[in-house]
Amino acid sequence: MFFPISNSHISPLYLAAIGFLIGVLGGFFGVGGSFIAGPALRAVGLDWNFAVGTDLAHIVGKSVVAAKRHRALGNVDLKLGLIMAVGTMGGAEVGAQLIQMLKRAGNVNFVVSIVSIAIYLSISTFMIWEAWRTLQFQKKRRPRTKTPGTAAKRDESSFSHRTKAIQRLRLWPMISLPASGVKAISLWVIILVSFIGGLFSGFLGGGAGYIRMPMLVYVLGIPTHLAVGTDLFEIIISASYGTFSHALKGNVDILIALVMHTGAAIGAQIGAISTQYFAGPKIRLAFVPLPLIGAAIVIYTLFTGHKL
Amino acid sequence: MKADASKAFRAFVIELGVYAVFVTGYFFLVLHFLAGWLQDIHLHHVRIYAFVTIVLIIGQAVVLESITTWLFRLIRGRSE
Repeated sequence: MFFPISNSHISPLYLAAIGFLIGVLGGFFGVGGSFIAGPALRAVGLDWNFAVGTDLAHIVGKSVVAAKRHRALGNVDLKLGLIMAVGTMGGAEVGAQLIQMLKRAGNVNFVVSIVSIAIYLSISTFMIWEAWRTLQFQKKRRPRTKTPGTAAKRDESSFSHRTKAIQRLRLWPMISLPASGVKAISLWVIILVSFIGGLFSGFLGGGAGYIRMPMLVYVLGIPTHLAVGTDLFEIIISASYGTFSHALKGNVDILIALVMHTGAAIGAQIGAISTQYFAGPKIRLAFVPLPLIGAAIVIYTLFTGHKL
Repeated sequence: MKADASKAFRAFVIELGVYAVFVTGYFFLVLHFLAGWLQDIHLHHVRIYAFVTIVLIIGQAVVLESITTWLFRLIRGRSE
């Protein structure tokens, strides 16, 4: 199929299949999936600028589908998502400015690569440790229940004592998040978490769900299922902003995004529904390979000089 | 357990088949007619293009979400 906007020939089946895969991952983990979509679009010859912008447009569509499904399952905290969108957009702008500064200094690729590898590996290592510890603790304490949607949604974390300490910080204004079961938390902590997510999004590209979803769970104390749904809702707003900005620069082939999204729409539904059948720590443990894939891609790019 | 899994898999294959028919029709009807117009505004009216981009992707998401939800309910006979 010929796509005149980016002047490229790409099989629609390939695009729908990639969209489907990213949709499943996004619906299940609450991530945008840029670490797969970017290289997959590059692999069929799409220019890098179009790959980034088009991927963002596709992320918007996929997140709408997955967030709607998560909302139906009671997994979206709208109040938290709206507050986070503000911090994310601010962080994304600062991240983009940092990239411009590094470009002027002439060492952008090396610095971004090293930072991203360190971040990806740290997230994976921490999540393996925490999810494994929580699962071991649960095994010792009580027999497993397998009822989907009830016991599976009850969430625990071996890091919760730290989370509670963060929630006790009295930095005015304090707000409550009843949908997430958080009685009081400083608004500044939420803004800081979303700002960091946005910073990485602007600095490393993509939606940065790989860092935002763990921070929602470990820093703000949001149950994993709600963190996935809320992250997706927040991604709709921040990725729309990114898409609009890239579209103004001529970097979005909306036809490619629409075709990818036909696969993502069904994949995102399947991913979102599947979260009902897994407890929080298991979702977090299954999340671990995603940042590792990101790290592998960056290491490959750093050593070979070929951008995937 | 095995029977449930095979039933779910069969339902999923039917869903994919019906969905593929919808999507193929969509490719040929909508995208074919939109391509020329979108290319034109991409080149000459970039602000309108940026706005249309957001409207199209969100619009498609809402429509496809409704279709997939409807298919899930129709074929499995319940809300997942």
